Amino acid sequence: MITSAILARLDLRGRLFLGAILAALILVPVLNLVVPAGSPLHVPTWLVSLLGKYLCYAILALALDLVWGYCGILSLGHGAFFALGGYAMGMYLMRQIGTRGVYGHPVLPDFMVFLNWKELPWFWYGFDMFPFALLMVFLAPGILAFVFGWFAFRSRVTGVYLSIITQALTYALMLAFFRNDMGFGGNNGLTDFKDIVGFPVQAQGTRVALFALTLIALAGSYILARAIVTSKAGKVLVAIRDAESRTRFLGFRVERYKLFVFTLSAMMAGLAGALYVPQVGIINPSEFAPGNSIEVVIWVAVGGRGTLVGAAIGAVLVNFAKTTFTTGALAPYWLFALGALFVLTTLYMPKGVIGTYAEWREKRRERASLAAHAASKPAE
Amino acid sequence: MNLPVTSFLLYLDGVSVAFDGFRAINSLALTILPGEMRAIIGPNGAGKTTMMDIITGKTRPDTGDVLFNGSVDLTRLDEAAIANLGIGRKFQKPTVFDMHTVEDNLRLALKADRRVFRTLFWKDSESEREKINRILATIRLEHLRDASAANLSHGQKQWLEIGMLLAQDPKLLLVDEPVAGMTDAETEATAHLLKEIAKDHSVIVVEHDMAFVRELGVKVTVLHEGSVLAEGPLDTVSADPRVIEVYLGR
Amino acid sequence: MRIICLPLIALRRLASCLLFGLVLILSAQTQGALAGPLDEAAALFAKDSFTDTARAIELLADSGAEHAGPAIEALNDRRLFVAADQSVYFRDPTGAFIALATGQKLPAEPAGGTGVRVNNRIRGAINTALGTLTLQSPDPAKRRAAAEAVFKSRSPDSETALQAAMQNEKIAAIREIQQTALAAIIATSPNRSDIDRLAAIEVLKERGDREALTPLNQIPDSASANVKDAAKAAAQTINNRLATWSAVQNAWYGVSLGSVLLLAAIGLAITFGVMGIINMAHGEMVMIGAYATFIIQEIIRQNAPGLFEYSLAIAIPAAFIIAGLIGIAMERLVIRHLYGRPLETLLATWGISLILMQAIRTLFGPTNREVGAPAFMSGSFRIGLIDITYGRVWIVGFALVVFFAVLALLRFTPLGLQMRAVTQNRRMAASMGIRTARVDALTFGLGSGIAGLAGVALSQIDNVSPNLGQSYIIDSFMVVVFGGVGNLWGTLVAALSLGIANKFLEPFAGAVLGKIALLVFIILFIQKRPRGLFALKGRAVEQ
Repeated sequence: MITSAILARLDLRGRLFLGAILAALILVPVLNLVVPAGSPLHVPTWLVSLLGKYLCYAILALALDLVWGYCGILSLGHGAFFALGGYAMGMYLMRQIGTRGVYGHPVLPDFMVFLNWKELPWFWYGFDMFPFALLMVFLAPGILAFVFGWFAFRSRVTGVYLSIITQALTYALMLAFFRNDMGFGGNNGLTDFKDIVGFPVQAQGTRVALFALTLIALAGSYILARAIVTSKAGKVLVAIRDAESRTRFLGFRVERYKLFVFTLSAMMAGLAGALYVPQVGIINPSEFAPGNSIEVVIWVAVGGRGTLVGAAIGAVLVNFAKTTFTTGALAPYWLFALGALFVLTTLYMPKGVIGTYAEWREKRRERASLAAHAASKPAE
Repeated sequence: MNLPVTSFLLYLDGVSVAFDGFRAINSLALTILPGEMRAIIGPNGAGKTTMMDIITGKTRPDTGDVLFNGSVDLTRLDEAAIANLGIGRKFQKPTVFDMHTVEDNLRLALKADRRVFRTLFWKDSESEREKINRILATIRLEHLRDASAANLSHGQKQWLEIGMLLAQDPKLLLVDEPVAGMTDAETEATAHLLKEIAKDHSVIVVEHDMAFVRELGVKVTVLHEGSVLAEGPLDTVSADPRVIEVYLGR
Repeated sequence: MRIICLPLIALRRLASCLLFGLVLILSAQTQGALAGPLDEAAALFAKDSFTDTARAIELLADSGAEHAGPAIEALNDRRLFVAADQSVYFRDPTGAFIALATGQKLPAEPAGGTGVRVNNRIRGAINTALGTLTLQSPDPAKRRAAAEAVFKSRSPDSETALQAAMQNEKIAAIREIQQTALAAIIATSPNRSDIDRLAAIEVLKERGDREALTPLNQIPDSASANVKDAAKAAAQTINNRLATWSAVQNAWYGVSLGSVLLLAAIGLAITFGVMGIINMAHGEMVMIGAYATFIIQEIIRQNAPGLFEYSLAIAIPAAFIIAGLIGIAMERLVIRHLYGRPLETLLATWGISLILMQAIRTLFGPTNREVGAPAFMSGSFRIGLIDITYGRVWIVGFALVVFFAVLALLRFTPLGLQMRAVTQNRRMAASMGIRTARVDALTFGLGSGIAGLAGVALSQIDNVSPNLGQSYIIDSFMVVVFGGVGNLWGTLVAALSLGIANKFLEPFAGAVLGKIALLVFIILFIQKRPRGLFALKGRAVEQ
């Protein structure tokens, strides 16, 4: 019954997207675990993790599309929510290292021993328990987004002003996390993870499982986002995007809608970060860099804002291009390509791949019906 | 709180507001009775739109009382709260939600629980659909139910916006220049529609078009430099030498 | 008259006779003494025990011999040797070997030389001795340094030498230092009379800087309560004075930082504030201005080194034109198509910033480039207790000149009038015959050109690297938003107050936390006043 309720909310595009996720969920683990390493069809484990990383970005893009594409809130701080989720997971993974660190301290992570800290700071309490860490993955970015949004939306900070202060927010966090006394490992961040819920992070099985979990999280995020944007609340969000003050005069509390979707989106970004960290093996303050957050925007723009599926596809496409570029002889030209992507997308493809394709199909259908109309005319 | 309690639906007294020293509204006094329809005219910059902004909570007056329904102080409320009290507003430039269909525009405007989680778990209901159908019939847009609002003509957008006002079912409607840019036939139809609405709502219409105001045949208030210059039936008002001076210049 | 004159002349004659005799006696004494202490010192050095070496240093210093100073310096650098025949010699900085006993150059290095050992105690003795020796050096700079050294060491051993030096000192400023040095010795060494100590404390209080606090805090316990109280009071006075000057210094640093922020933000105040364009590549315009300065200096260095003093003067128009032209190209090619879509403009200009950064990295490499400072910008002067570098003064002045020039340009020139007309009502301006497209391009070019000017100034105080712009873009936006969009005066006030606030926060919170605190403050401030400090009000706001 739930499945049918979900399917009822999906258009063709959404069903194809979920179908593709389901296919990957079956195919990739099989190709990695079952197909022998010598076979051309074998998917090596590093590739599984790389794909997993792309999928985390896809969830992040989905989260941004929800606020930007549907509610017009261009957040340049979503990288911060992503990083906060990542840090929450990273802290759990640090505590799991236990005595296996370089200094072998039973409680303190290596960097704290190195800094001569005597006891665990209070905000590290509880992170040895997975459920608590998982809760924090959502709460840390969620609470920050809620508090920030509470002030910003109530004071009606909109448009580029909001973008600029979200950027300042992530910049301030970056500066803060770079500090050693913050207690998050400073410059080096958190790394050298060993176990996640009892399984070694580096093991092939764990990596495939993490990949599968990321796929499921992507599907779940998509279904949730889709449910929101197709509800009446989703229509209110679009109304706010297109005519904010009109929506207010209709009696909608614009700031509450914004706060709701912003907080939810931040939590989604936090989940993406939490899945990202064990697959990449490190989280450091550079994840807070303002440039990262803007890059997320271009993924969404390339895929097509306000389409959800497009955001996810854009994230995978751009990051695939980035990997291809930066690992080859073309590495010095990646920033040229990325810069050009920003400019060309905004100038010539403001609706992104998905939006442009939909428009093109629409036009073709119109032309076809016109042609059919013209063809039927002489017969009259 | 020491507020005068009145029997008026809307009561403005001694309202002033200034922007950077420019007095847009200057000790304005205006009262609307329940069920009344009022036309407001005045030259450009007379403060008509600012007055609407004050009533709907967009602009906070520097001084003065703005009371709704006898005792509710509108100066303390924001736009959404005022809208939920039952004051609807149609803008000078038609603003509808372009990306939504005509039906969705009306559905959003329909009187209902506006809270986030209620709209999130909202379900289509028979009574809602019936109301929307009725309004579509009133504003003669039934054939465009599923059309995107962006594709409507200027006049159709004006009507859709009036339809959205109806859907809100407010106690008081503020209508800013409803016939600007309309053909004569559309203007006449709009006048008819507004009179229909005025049967069970209080309405304030701001309009430049004298023919249209005459068509409405209601009490007229003339605003000039932020305060009331004259008030009464259109014929009396338009004979007032001060009004003539204001409109024709000195 | 005559009657008085005669004895006077006689007296003068007598005096000159006496003086002559005295000189004779003195020089004879020196001559006579010459053999004694130097030989003795040489003998002591030859023993090479630390106690003897220390004594030898004292003898050497008191000898007054011309080569005493170089010899002690040589000991310090381990260039003093004992030969196999127990004679002592040293190697002077030119590499020549000089006998300690005679001061004569030796034809060759004596055989079997071993270096005289030095430990920390000896080093202390060396420093004291050198201080004494240089106290009367013919070079005023050396005398000053020596007096300062005595002031810092407060060694009672230097007292006699210091007093001797004071009597011959002609330069008042140096004598003052010597006086405070003497006061420091009197204040801190045991067995002095209260009157001497009180006078010394007064002198130290007069000096009034951080260094003067140290002797005041080291009054020996044996001193009377009266003296201790006076010292405490003097220290308090100095502390107050120091606090005042440190506030002045913070304010100056703040103004200096504020002027940098102002320079970086003025261009943005035009493109963002006046035109409403979000130019994320603004920082790269600054960076390009800095690289333009670098290029100009390189050209000058290779072709006309004599012009180096004027390199910045040449770089100013060059940077303005280069950055301005790039800005115009950006506006014509990209931004023009995005008017009315601020969020898209933000993204496109970010893309341009990536391209510009990478282009500079490809052309000039990722590392820092060296931009030199002309002579008039180096050096510093002192006001009260703070040092002010000329470079900073020039930058503050430059920022203000640019600011007022832009203000005047907007207010008094036809271009400024057209800019304001276009930004206020584009359609009306167009129908008045203003070529709005041209004005847009020029306005954007102006904003970018000013960013280029900022780059010239920043090349003097910051690393010229491809990332230069990135570190200023967020700060610049904060300044413009805090000051109020569309208001140049707001930008000025915001830049200076943020600069000063930053510098006053730094001592308490540290540089990074101070910066975070300011960012958080601005984020909160924008919630309270979304339109900045000097906001435009009324209907215009909505459009």
